[in-house]
Amino acid sequence: MIALYLQSNNCAMEIRRDVFQAIADPTRRAILSLVAVQAMTPGTIAENFNSSRQTISKHIQILSECELLHQTQSGREIYYHLNPEKMKEIDQFIEPFRKMWDERFNKLEAIMKNYKK
Amino acid sequence: MEKKTKIHAEDDRHDLIITREFDLPVELLFKAYVEPEIVAQWMGTKVVKLENKKHGGWEFETSDANGNVVFKANGAIHDFVPNEKIVRTFEMDNINFAPQLEFLEFEKITDETSKLTMQIIYKSVEHRMTQLKLPFAQGLNMAHNKLEEIVTNLK
Repeated sequence: MIALYLQSNNCAMEIRRDVFQAIADPTRRAILSLVAVQAMTPGTIAENFNSSRQTISKHIQILSECELLHQTQSGREIYYHLNPEKMKEIDQFIEPFRKMWDERFNKLEAIMKNYKK
Repeated sequence: MEKKTKIHAEDDRHDLIITREFDLPVELLFKAYVEPEIVAQWMGTKVVKLENKKHGGWEFETSDANGNVVFKANGAIHDFVPNEKIVRTFEMDNINFAPQLEFLEFEKITDETSKLTMQIIYKSVEHRMTQLKLPFAQGLNMAHNKLEEIVTNLK
């Protein structure tokens, strides 16, 4: 229970940031475009990449935590689907714009702190 | 946690307001905008020209790792009041995109904190929309790589 709570909380707390971080990675974007076409098992997803199965499942985990992927169970297999609702959130393109400035300003702040007496 | 950088963009308007509070005295925040070598660091660009005065001009140039210029921008400085405000235009070279007008206001909150309010005025609602979409459309990945590069260099 606690583990589950922590895991979901992890993304819930930083959901807005994480959705964009999730799609900033090229492998994760590729995973999203794969499952957009059809639901896939982790194994089938991994077959499309040169990376290790472990690396891919880490990416899948991040995408799931941010609710970009849904999973359904069919027999012994888990299938991942694209969550269209969450993808809509990405359409709110103002967030990347804000984030770009935020990162810039964070850098400015970090640099200028060195000038403090 | 409240976001440090906020964007206020009302529908159907051709301006937007970016605000940010800094854990910096206003003098240091302002300094980050006027010292070319500091601007270069946080903007991630080469500062070709930066004339901090009324009717001055500025020019930035960004190159990729291979030295190819990927981004050039320039503008005129219309007003310059140390530790208070900068009014300037911003235009990208070689891109058919109308210049924008920027009002930067620097405010002291306490001796150790300050606030920047940046109002950007675009030629039209459509121009604002295009600008907003840019980081999402193309910059996201690039900015990410760039950031990683800088952070790695800092180590």
